[in-house]
Amino acid sequence: MAKQLIVSPAPHAHSGDSVRKNMLNVIIALVPAFLVSLYAFGWGALMVTATSVAACVLFEWLIAKYIMKQQPTICDLSAVLTGLLLAFNLPSNLPLWIVIVGSLVAIGVGKMTFGGLGQNPFNPALVGRVFLLISFPVQMTTWPRPLGFHSAMPFVDAETGATPLAAMKEAIKAGDASLLDKLPDLWDMTLGMMGGSLGEISACALILGGIYLLCTKTITWHIPVSILCTVAIVSGIFYLTIPGAAAPQYHLLTGGLLLGAIFMATDYVTSPMSAWGQIIYGIGIGVIVVVIRTWGAYPEGMSFAILIMNAVTPLLNMYIRPKRFGEKKKA
Amino acid sequence: MRTFRIGGVHPHDNKQYAAHQPIVECALPKQAIVPLAQHIGAPAQPVVAVGAKVKVGELIAKAGGFVSANVHAPVSGTVTKIDAITDSWGGNMPAIFIDVEGDEWLPTIDKTPNVVRECNLEPKQIIDKIADAGIVGLGGACFPTHVKLLPPPGKKAEVLIVNGVECEPYLTCDHQLMLEHGEEILIGIQLLMKALNVRHAIIGIENNKPDAIKRMQELASRALGVEVMPLKLRYPQGGEKQLIDACIGRQVPSGALPIEVGAVVDNVATIYAIYEAVMKNKPLISRVMTITGKDFKKSGNYLVRFGTPLQEVVDALGGVPEGTGKVIGGGPMMGRAMSHLDMPAHKRTSGLLFMPEAESQRPEEDNCIRCAKCVQACPMGLEPYLLSKLANLERWEDMEKHDVMDCIDCGCCVFTCPSHRRLLDGIRAGKGKVGAMIRARQAEQKK
Repeated sequence: MAKQLIVSPAPHAHSGDSVRKNMLNVIIALVPAFLVSLYAFGWGALMVTATSVAACVLFEWLIAKYIMKQQPTICDLSAVLTGLLLAFNLPSNLPLWIVIVGSLVAIGVGKMTFGGLGQNPFNPALVGRVFLLISFPVQMTTWPRPLGFHSAMPFVDAETGATPLAAMKEAIKAGDASLLDKLPDLWDMTLGMMGGSLGEISACALILGGIYLLCTKTITWHIPVSILCTVAIVSGIFYLTIPGAAAPQYHLLTGGLLLGAIFMATDYVTSPMSAWGQIIYGIGIGVIVVVIRTWGAYPEGMSFAILIMNAVTPLLNMYIRPKRFGEKKKA
Repeated sequence: MRTFRIGGVHPHDNKQYAAHQPIVECALPKQAIVPLAQHIGAPAQPVVAVGAKVKVGELIAKAGGFVSANVHAPVSGTVTKIDAITDSWGGNMPAIFIDVEGDEWLPTIDKTPNVVRECNLEPKQIIDKIADAGIVGLGGACFPTHVKLLPPPGKKAEVLIVNGVECEPYLTCDHQLMLEHGEEILIGIQLLMKALNVRHAIIGIENNKPDAIKRMQELASRALGVEVMPLKLRYPQGGEKQLIDACIGRQVPSGALPIEVGAVVDNVATIYAIYEAVMKNKPLISRVMTITGKDFKKSGNYLVRFGTPLQEVVDALGGVPEGTGKVIGGGPMMGRAMSHLDMPAHKRTSGLLFMPEAESQRPEEDNCIRCAKCVQACPMGLEPYLLSKLANLERWEDMEKHDVMDCIDCGCCVFTCPSHRRLLDGIRAGKGKVGAMIRARQAEQKK
């Protein structure tokens, strides 16, 4: 035959999906929350995010090219996403050099040491965030109050204040529910007019992003729904039995719970493969986060809860298998 | 609307190219090359010698065992050679070469288009006629049909499931067959119900073929116990196990046959062949195949005599289109890429698909990002990412523990993988290795 035909094993069709498309979908889903943080925190939010993204991409490129001697894969947008998620977990008035240190830890330690994309056991953005939280506790827990775009100047912390979670912690330590009166009203919390990390404040925007992710089939419902339901149930029980415990709606709307449930816990690489594995993983995160918030040393537990369950993921993959077709074996 | 319960994907069906093209008969070749292994099981044994004159429909090779099928002369002429051929997939098989002279049929065959409805045969006689006619499953596997109709002792068929799903993208031959020969298919269904002694038959058709659903419903309304079940579009619904699950909600256990849950599945094309064999005395000597492609001008459904070299069929239709990178025997999900077209049409060639060069190369693989999309897509509930990894490590025993033998080769995992990982390559290798291990163990036990 004159012309050689190409021969390869079936299938010869592909869905057209790619790593890049999935990462891009998550980035698009983060846009509403980013806009709210721009509105609430102003230039600080922009600077922290831009620095974090740029640093993550740069570090990935440098490490891949000069240390691992690989073709850098920054075009798959996974480093951009790590940078965004890291920024979303930082206060908007964080000094930029700390942001860069966080990016180095996230990409360098969290991701590239294990071999790059797809190999890391822990969510890289959370590795970076927790490193910063432990190393720079003061800077990491001083949040500017949202003032709106018009008034917040870069790095002028006009006013800093405790987050709702800190107030909740105080209340439960004192066993005094009246301290909960300091909490912002639910409407402000839903829209995002409260103190907190850059991307975690607006429940509305995060849920919007979550719906987008579900509609584009980037994520499935299992992880976010199991986390949210577990948090609602466990915090509901605590609310009824422990004096000073906050009502479930406060748990659900504060402290990056939605950010974590929708965007961080659903990270492909570090979450389980089977549907039931994902549900158990979600339940684990839900229980741990409420326990940390109630009895732990830190007011916020989402990062730790996700990292702990990341560590359990290989076990879940080993023991929780998907349901096989026609389970019963032939005798 | 019903469908199967686990996994599945939605490839673009691309049936617009060949859909609703009336079945056209292809010209006879000058020389027919009739392979003797057109089915699963032992090759057939030739019963004609070189120099023999044969008529269309004459037996030229007898089944070589219980799981095997007769082969009949698809053309009339002189047997010139019995020799091994290499098919386009690299397989060797014996074949009978016949120089075509005219088109003389055995006088017992009813060549008229008249629909014959009356049948006074006993179940045993129907099954014998099916076996004699060399009928095999035309949906793809080419399993000898008569074997399915003789359930092992202690098993009883309860329902006949008719596969009109045609879930492979591009292929439209079964669809067109239902539109043009629905009545004959219905008679074939009734023959099979009689042969199996079942009172219930379900015709499963995906809802991308509303006209076929309507046509078969009209016909089925006149027949007792025959029901048309429209199914929600989803690949691989035409897989035997998936179709049974979709139609009657029972899952065939791992390693078992459909009869375990009381079902017998046959494809509409097979059933049409059964009608022709039983009512018209016509053995299986031709089939409808879809020849199609985005750039192929004469996409359509063609009735091809077995033994016709595919190159001749394609040349008569204007040749391989410009810019074709890959030719696939069958559909894009499970069909096999062909290295050349110098092979004859036979019972297994359900289609020819021309893929443009741009779609022909497999993209580079990225790292697995553990997104679990392959796990969600697998219709057998397996973990393709894990099996593929185990295959790369040559951990065959572990692959067996993770049920690699349940894999049906449907390709959903590769189709859906955002990293373009070639999961199925390793899984297929594992199936080969594990299959050999299991057979060795069984042989050991027998000793």
